[in-house]
Amino acid sequence: MEARIFQEFRDIVGPRGLITSLEDLRTYECDGLTNFRVLPRAVLLPSTTEQVQSVVRVCHRERIPFVARGSGTGLSGGALPVENGIVISLAKMNRILEVDLPNARVVVEPGVINLDVTCRVLPQEYFYAPDPSSQSVCSIGGNVAENSGGAHCLKYGFTTTHVLGLEVVLPDGSLVHLGGKCLDAPGYDLLGVFVGSEGTLGIATKITLRVVKRPECTRTLLAAFPGTNEAGAAVSGIIAAGMLPAAIEMMDNLAIQAAEAAVHPNYPDCGGLLLVELDGPVAEVAELMQSVEAICRENAATEIRLARTDHERLLVWKGRKAAFAAMGRISPNYIVQDGVIPRTALPHVMTEITRLSREAGLRVANVFHAGDGNLHPLVLYDRQIAGQEQAAEALSYKILELCLAAGGSITGEHGVGEEKKRMMSKMFSEPDLDTMQRVRCAFDPLLLSNPTKVFPTPRLCGEKPGEYVPHPLEISGIAERF
Amino acid sequence: MLETNTILEELTAIVGPANLRAAAREDAVCGVAPQFIVEPQTEQHLAAVLSRVSAAGIAAIPRGGGTKLDWGNPPKRAGIILSTARLNHIVEHAWADLTVTVEAGCTLHSLQSTLAKRGQRLAFDGLWPERATIGGALSTNDSGSLRLRFGALRDLIIGVTLALPDGTLASSGGKVVKNVAGYDLPKLAAGAFGTLGVITRAVFRLHPLCRTTRTVTFTSASWGDMQQKLHAIQDSKLAHSGFQIRGHSGGPPHADLLFEATESGLAAQTELLQKLLLSESRGSSIPPSIFVDSSPQIWQARQNLFSTRQKESVIARFSVLPSDLAKAMRWLDPFHSSSHANWQAVVQATGIGFLRLDADPSELPAQIFALREQFERAAGSLVLLRRPESLGSLDAWGNPGDALPLMRAVKLRLDPQSTLNPGRFVGGI
Repeated sequence: MEARIFQEFRDIVGPRGLITSLEDLRTYECDGLTNFRVLPRAVLLPSTTEQVQSVVRVCHRERIPFVARGSGTGLSGGALPVENGIVISLAKMNRILEVDLPNARVVVEPGVINLDVTCRVLPQEYFYAPDPSSQSVCSIGGNVAENSGGAHCLKYGFTTTHVLGLEVVLPDGSLVHLGGKCLDAPGYDLLGVFVGSEGTLGIATKITLRVVKRPECTRTLLAAFPGTNEAGAAVSGIIAAGMLPAAIEMMDNLAIQAAEAAVHPNYPDCGGLLLVELDGPVAEVAELMQSVEAICRENAATEIRLARTDHERLLVWKGRKAAFAAMGRISPNYIVQDGVIPRTALPHVMTEITRLSREAGLRVANVFHAGDGNLHPLVLYDRQIAGQEQAAEALSYKILELCLAAGGSITGEHGVGEEKKRMMSKMFSEPDLDTMQRVRCAFDPLLLSNPTKVFPTPRLCGEKPGEYVPHPLEISGIAERF
Repeated sequence: MLETNTILEELTAIVGPANLRAAAREDAVCGVAPQFIVEPQTEQHLAAVLSRVSAAGIAAIPRGGGTKLDWGNPPKRAGIILSTARLNHIVEHAWADLTVTVEAGCTLHSLQSTLAKRGQRLAFDGLWPERATIGGALSTNDSGSLRLRFGALRDLIIGVTLALPDGTLASSGGKVVKNVAGYDLPKLAAGAFGTLGVITRAVFRLHPLCRTTRTVTFTSASWGDMQQKLHAIQDSKLAHSGFQIRGHSGGPPHADLLFEATESGLAAQTELLQKLLLSESRGSSIPPSIFVDSSPQIWQARQNLFSTRQKESVIARFSVLPSDLAKAMRWLDPFHSSSHANWQAVVQATGIGFLRLDADPSELPAQIFALREQFERAAGSLVLLRRPESLGSLDAWGNPGDALPLMRAVKLRLDPQSTLNPGRFVGGI
């Protein structure tokens, strides 16, 4: 990258908004998925939409690939820099611009932290429903890119359910507004396409969110089972009884041990632990909680506890939310996997995971959003032992194949990113992927916005004949033209 | 256009002679007459037909039950009607997983009856369920009262298969409720008016049917008062599933709330609502009139707007912020200034309203323009659904905003020949 371009970037974002020193760039060489690392040429920290536009215009003119980054907590390498590209960090754009409670809308910049939205509206008893485990550090912009979920999306839906409008800088630097404060703006639902597109369609610079009134009461039940099969049967029982809990989470014995070691939530020591949360009107929740309890007992629950106080409830959740990080207590290294299965396939898939784990000689801890079939197997290994890292990666991909064979998905909330793009062709056919890429070409014909992610083979868009300039990806043989 | 018998022969060869017939007078779409009706029996046949007509430059108008075919702008061309009537199977009701895979031509009623056998439903109260199809409801982004609680079809759909004009059959999403692999094309297909591809099948997440429900109705003296109550209710701990407000040019508005809960839950909720309405009316000389068990028929109000004998009625869908509702209803004042002009509306608490305007057709275009401008200035929209043929040249959509070039680019990538529903969507798409 030439000096004049650096100068131009510096002119746009100011000297403090441009990072070029090797030492500082290291901070940005990976996101939450640390086994992929690429050093960007520069990191830019714009503080306004106009600056984002100007930076992107330069990238467009000079054909420089860019990757937008929020807090960098993603677990699939979505914010991994691209070779010879720049990173655009939205960390400085972190203002809550408008709180409109009569319409339950909050307008934010992309760098706002997820939990800060809830904190802002909590005094009026509203909350922002999508709650990924990283909610105290992850950004709304990143949530939009990944269509983040969380434990409570079983009842409340994902990020896409709660984003009503976006201001987006397209990969040519132009500005568009998708959706808005009102529902059903005339035209295509490009808002729906943008959310979850993992930074491949442009950069969101302003986000209109829907917040939700807090329910009258929330009750959390903890039930211990001999194993995950019994716990799984209880989940099916709860769903079959026509209930829609706010959350149903499951942990296996290894995950319980790790959580206990890390944050001491005082979980019962058992083979399968279920955490069921109901919310709504008091009368209703009390009645339904009794049914949940009965269903758990019918399915061989050995111990049932109801969190009595808010403090107890938070402690129960703390153990669950810390479960990934807690693995560090029982294993030097681990891979967090994210697959989805139809809930009914749980017993079969668990049996198979156990078998695969034994075959590979590696331990697998399991944490699930059991209500919607979203599995988070954690493959434990030791990098110091030769061959274990590769074996762990292979095992984690085999688990995903298991999910696909059961009719599920390779990712429920962490995204495809860099990590799983090769799995995409196992889940989708060529025509399926080509159709998605045609949509991508409408947004980003030059393939500049996070170009190497999501798709196994980035397709170049064959814009107008005569304007042909070989794309850097084409030259290096990782993309083909269609 | 289709005189070239070769194309006709080829289409017949694809779908069989029983599934292709000449169009009749009632098959016209907003006054534009198609030549043939093609009813493929498989999605592969449908894709093959689409690809063949597209290559020949013939326009295709996708049709499900035909109940909303007069919505949108008149097509610029109408070569064939591509009907999903025979693609009407429920492929899989995975009841234990609360999902269903259904072909586009299945009627809402038929789908709901099957789901109800397992105590489940698609949480969507669409128009004309006996005849309207899943594909049509999706494409037109129809939504009723349950949207408040369960979201629109865009929020309930988890997978889609689209037939594209080049013959591609492309799926996206999947069969599990939680899935972020790849782009969310089900949402792109929802509300696209069949201009990007023909939806051949869809997968939905389901909800349990509620055994006990109750509808509570109350009246407000004015729209201003109603808006206050709307806000108080939305800001309360009530857990209602539906909330509609009915009104017309000659009287005060009525509101209906749908509760779905256990018996004891219903009792508690009703009590809470009564208390809330009483406290909201404190200081007013007229106590609120509350009817605690309204007939479920009251939820037909939206559909009833459409059943008018008046040929000159216009039906529109608008969207405003809930806090602008009372103001928006004042924008309708010109529609009851004279004795033969009036309006009726059913507004959801989400800010989406359905409106029937009866007025002098010669004045309507100017009035609608003025009305639309007010909605758009308030960040909302006004979309014409049904109108007399004399108003056919009036744009149905209004301003699609600064994303129109992007919408055109998407259209160009998926339907470059403009085979599907040409001219029916926003900005001439």
